[in-house]
Amino acid sequence: MLNAAVEIAFVMIASALALNVYRLLVGPDTTDRILAFDTLGINSIALLVLYGISTNSTAYFEVALLLALLGFVGTIALCKFLLRGDISE
Amino acid sequence: MSAATEAIIAALIIVGALFALLGSVGLARLPDFLMRLHGPTKATTMGVGATLLASAIFFSLQDSEGISLHELAPLFFLFITAPVTAHLLAKAALHRQSSGRNSGQPAQTGEQEPGPH
Amino acid sequence: MMRAILPHPRLSLMVFLLWAVITNAASLGVLVLGAVLAIVIPLLTHDFWPDPPPLVRPWRALRFMGLFGLDIVTANWRVARQIIGPLHRLSPAFVEVPLDLRDPFIATLLGSIVSLTPGTVSIDVDQQRWVLLVHALDAPNPEALISEIKERYEQALKEMFAC
Repeated sequence: MLNAAVEIAFVMIASALALNVYRLLVGPDTTDRILAFDTLGINSIALLVLYGISTNSTAYFEVALLLALLGFVGTIALCKFLLRGDISE
Repeated sequence: MSAATEAIIAALIIVGALFALLGSVGLARLPDFLMRLHGPTKATTMGVGATLLASAIFFSLQDSEGISLHELAPLFFLFITAPVTAHLLAKAALHRQSSGRNSGQPAQTGEQEPGPH
Repeated sequence: MMRAILPHPRLSLMVFLLWAVITNAASLGVLVLGAVLAIVIPLLTHDFWPDPPPLVRPWRALRFMGLFGLDIVTANWRVARQIIGPLHRLSPAFVEVPLDLRDPFIATLLGSIVSLTPGTVSIDVDQQRWVLLVHALDAPNPEALISEIKERYEQALKEMFAC
């Protein structure tokens, strides 16, 4: 049962990633692309966690944590750049 | 692992993936940026949160290891950062709308009221 | 003496718990290193931290967190249905919520809570007029939304923190 659930979830997350890539390519504005990129990162975390469950390995946990940290910092830096034309205050 | 806990984990995984998908559907489908913001900040965050919770329960119930709580770290991190990201993106979008999309221009330092669009 | 070593006791506790959770092992060495980090990191980052008002009703806070968890689930259900449903029925709106609280930290907390729960994203806190500007995905009745935010969340936060 768990294996079937993980397989179905893989398909759903992959569709979510495809929709994010669509928004990333279409835009229309820079903020849309940043939001799409951020969501892409968050969905990748879900994908990594699911892969960890399906292979019964905790090795991917650190990757997921780093992805969360870097995705957040990257998004904030891009927003700051749009707001002020500069990254640091 | 008993059948009941396995069912709980499977349900969390399916519900989590479903909400993550719905958040991305919102991102792709809704007509303007501020509406699109709602999908990823709420649905996707909770979806990934449910998946992480499933992972925590799954690895806690494995025989070889003890209780596994380290999935809680990205879980809390996501729930704390999602509103911050949404807030800054919304501000950036309103700033670009009000300044006629000339990117790279530094903002006025005074707080200006964006007003309803 | 206590203030000198632990200027932010709650922050130190958070760092220690986070360290214990990330390392996922409860050996003595790990916990000692966690305690060292919990003392050193707040001291090094002392200047960056605001002084939040004291938490006067911790049990009220715990109950509020449980309620908030349930609210997240119901709010997500609502947003998910709105996303799949017909889009022309949605009436997105900017809503200005006048605030009674006067603390920047608590206002930030309220903004984050509002972003995660009832179909709204908080955009700005105007600290001159103390107004929280939120964008709602579907707000046919802004007055109801304002009173929901004020009664459900702002009131609870004001009771938990002395402000």
